[in-house]
Amino acid sequence: MARIQGVELPANKRAEIGLTYIFGVGLHTARRILEAANIDPDVRIKDLTLDQEGQIRDAIESLGLLLEGDLRKEVTLNIKRLVEINCYRGIRHRRGLPVRGQRTHTNARGRKGPRKQAVAGKKRPGKK
Amino acid sequence: MSRSSKKGPYVHYSLYEKIDKLNESGDRKVIRVFKRASMIAPEFIGHNFEVYNGKKWYPVFVTEDLVGHRFGEFAPTRNFRSHMKDERKGKR
Repeated sequence: MARIQGVELPANKRAEIGLTYIFGVGLHTARRILEAANIDPDVRIKDLTLDQEGQIRDAIESLGLLLEGDLRKEVTLNIKRLVEINCYRGIRHRRGLPVRGQRTHTNARGRKGPRKQAVAGKKRPGKK
Repeated sequence: MSRSSKKGPYVHYSLYEKIDKLNESGDRKVIRVFKRASMIAPEFIGHNFEVYNGKKWYPVFVTEDLVGHRFGEFAPTRNFRSHMKDERKGKR
């Protein structure tokens, strides 16, 4: 079991796939990392030698990738910036509505969360 | 699709003219813009604008963060009033 970028412990998957468990690494980046580290993408994570693990770390370093916590921080900072300058996208983030012009008449459930049931006929629907 | 970089950012020329004049004289005056699609150029930093949304002027003070955004992003054209019947929420 290899531990890369802090807490990542991918399982007995192929190296290529295992690396994608890191936030900020998809298949494409995983392949780039392995190519830079000169490792066969088909070996299982558990079969990696310590040297190879080191090579992967060096490869990540040399590719200058922004991963995990740093990447998450950057994303939140970007959103925070949009919210602070009070632009349209910031307002959509604030309201929890889709930001990129999608329809909200129907759908948009990912952003809006589960449907809120309209309480019909009730005089005083209890506050949430 | 995004705009071809060959053309450079779209900033309306009339805004440049006005800003150049203000920068020369060192004046700070509110500029009213209808050019909602026009980008905010670095030269505009520190100036006050008012952006029209079809009904109202929205004051926009340009800071460094706003560069590269468009004027229209700061003057919403829709005004959503809540569907909730009771309990007037004084929220915005």
